[in-house]
Amino acid sequence: MVAPDALLVIIRHAPHGSNWLREGLDAALVAAAFGQPVELLFMGQGIMALLKEQGSGAPGQKATLPTIDMLEMYDIDKLWVPREALQSLHIPADALVDSVTLMANADIPDLLQQHAKIFSF
Amino acid sequence: MQYGLLVMGAPYSSPAPHSALRFAHAVIARGHRLAGVFFYHDGVHNASSLMAPPQDELNLNEAWLELHRLHTVQLDVCIAAALRRGLMSESEAQRHGKQAVNIEKPFELTGLGQLLELQQRSDRFITFA
Repeated sequence: MVAPDALLVIIRHAPHGSNWLREGLDAALVAAAFGQPVELLFMGQGIMALLKEQGSGAPGQKATLPTIDMLEMYDIDKLWVPREALQSLHIPADALVDSVTLMANADIPDLLQQHAKIFSF
Repeated sequence: MQYGLLVMGAPYSSPAPHSALRFAHAVIARGHRLAGVFFYHDGVHNASSLMAPPQDELNLNEAWLELHRLHTVQLDVCIAAALRRGLMSESEAQRHGKQAVNIEKPFELTGLGQLLELQQRSDRFITFA
């Protein structure tokens, strides 16, 4: 059951290729800090953000994994990952951080339906 | 109906600002209210008063100012995304010891809280990225 006011933040970009991931996570953290329930949906390349084994980016680029690890402290505990997307990237589920929740691709429309507020990064 | 817009595409690199501007004028022409526009990610460059495109091209910064002049639409810019990309208001330039200023009223440097507040206030909230 989704909280009525919950914000869904969709992440579709991998770390380091752009600032999308970092600024998307910032938006999620600020919303949570304002007391809004927040859920995250990782799609396509965005799933790369959840890889357990990752360092920082090219010289000068900060790592985003510490931010992912911090989400729980902000009560963001729903990190949705569509199972089929994971398979198409050939990433085993245990390569991702422990806090993810796998879901079926077919359930994405329902998830979107349940959230009146959505940001997409 | 009350609309809010989020612009995340950079001027002259992405069609997002053009689309957002046309959409803004269209919703107002249809009798709706535009509560505000929030600039985030590369969209913050729309707020730069120092942009100087060739004369026969639309100056996007001036187009936003015109939207504000005609309809008093609030124009908010994420301060973290802006500072990172070299966009400075008078007070931020002083704080960071910079010589130039390119964020001027009615654009306002503000926090992401304003984005959430705008989304909250809007019946329809549309992203242009």
